Amino acid sequence: MPVSVRRQAEAIVLPVLGVAAALAAFEVAPRVGILPRAAFPPVSESARALWDLIATGDLWSPLFDTLDSWVRAMIIATLIGVPLGLAIGASRWGRLLTGLTIDFLRPIPSVALIPILVLVYGTSPTLKVTLAVFGATFPLVFQAMYGMTDVDPVAKDTARAFGMGPLTRLGRVVLPSCAPYLATGLRISASIALILVVTGEYVVGLPGLGREVLVAQSSAAYDRMYALIMAAGILGVAVNLAFMAVERRVLFWHPSQREAAA
Amino acid sequence: MTRSRLGRLVLPLVLPAALIALWWWTSSSSTTFFFPPLSRIVKSLEDDWLFEQVGTDLVPSLTRFTVGYVLAVASGISLGVLIGLAPRVRRASLPVIEFLRSIPPPLMLPFVLVVIGIGDNSKIALIVLGAVWPVLLNTVDGVRGVDPLMLDVARSFGLGRATRIRRVMLPAASPKIVAGMRTALSIGLILMIISEMVASSNGLGFRVLSAQRSFDSPGTYAGVIVIGVVGLVVNFGFLVVEARIMRWHRGARRVEM
Repeated sequence: MPVSVRRQAEAIVLPVLGVAAALAAFEVAPRVGILPRAAFPPVSESARALWDLIATGDLWSPLFDTLDSWVRAMIIATLIGVPLGLAIGASRWGRLLTGLTIDFLRPIPSVALIPILVLVYGTSPTLKVTLAVFGATFPLVFQAMYGMTDVDPVAKDTARAFGMGPLTRLGRVVLPSCAPYLATGLRISASIALILVVTGEYVVGLPGLGREVLVAQSSAAYDRMYALIMAAGILGVAVNLAFMAVERRVLFWHPSQREAAA
Repeated sequence: MTRSRLGRLVLPLVLPAALIALWWWTSSSSTTFFFPPLSRIVKSLEDDWLFEQVGTDLVPSLTRFTVGYVLAVASGISLGVLIGLAPRVRRASLPVIEFLRSIPPPLMLPFVLVVIGIGDNSKIALIVLGAVWPVLLNTVDGVRGVDPLMLDVARSFGLGRATRIRRVMLPAASPKIVAGMRTALSIGLILMIISEMVASSNGLGFRVLSAQRSFDSPGTYAGVIVIGVVGLVVNFGFLVVEARIMRWHRGARRVEM
């Protein structure tokens, strides 16, 4: 079937072409002066700087600092957000009581907290964890809440009629039914937490990828600066892909995934 | 019935009131430097933000935000339509877009600072660079998802390409586009503040950070509260506008059901 072969070939060739075109553009633009070469070196130079960072091992320690804070923030945000969201979603009263407060807190740009956190924590890495927890908890609360509201009442009643206790019902009916919502919430939170950790590092100067960018920027080592920014982008892609893969694996039984696969 | 209606009105207010009361009460005799009495924060709010710093800081912040946001939305929608219309371009460009979008937006700041400088333009560019992606990707998605039947009908009625895009495609894609615009709103606000914290001589972000640097803790809290209120008002304004623009859509949905 030539048509489907052609389509498959396109599915591989086109993305490669796109990436190649983008790389060529970022290589040529500074060389011909569309971008100022002093401030934006050709992408090959930044790529070499990235390779140097990997080869010398200079990348690993800041990367570890960033990931360490990110993991801590995700664990804390999950432990706060999921139970809170489930509890709020469980009853109409809960939603009424907290709705307005959450709606008030959510639009506060989390980075606005940085100055207060500096007052409280100084330059301890706890600062960036706290910042990330604040930002990453909200999506989890919301997704857990929506998931809880969306549990099929018939399933709940059936479980109760079969004499399941509340804990069994939570484990066997409520949580599996909420799982896709929680997975989405985790994926959103993971990106937000990563952004906020790196932001804290960059703005306050805490150890991690963000501070390395700041250091490279202030010493005008721009190839290194873009190399680190690329590394942060790769990390962002990796986190997103990893969460999507886990979602697909863990939720293979759920209709939402079957639909996506088709 | 009346009791439950009363509950619906009063209950949502209970928690905020309790939290504020708790804050007021626990902080009233606080001598801890980073936990100032709420009364002093309120005083500082009155002194600085009614209305002394409104013109010098709030207005410049909001101007940069508005310009950046509008540019991000406009370029996101137009690029999104172009990419969404051409499946091959979409397949070729998506990996690049996904990568650029995955760079933590605040890390675009060093790029605009060294390439453009520290003026208003670089702050606006930062907002555009960060906020354009959700609009762009949602527009691509929305344009792709338009019912082909609608487009065929429009074509057989002899509508030109431009009219089809404007009258059929964009309205059909608008729920997705609006969702992207909403995400872009919070990203834009975050970037507005960060750009002012790092390199600025005015604006909300600059004001809070300089309050913190001069160890003015009530002033820091007051600034954060002002930013929170700005976030709230901007989001609320967006919801009002959205409800207006999308009214036809909700109506159409209701009829369908």
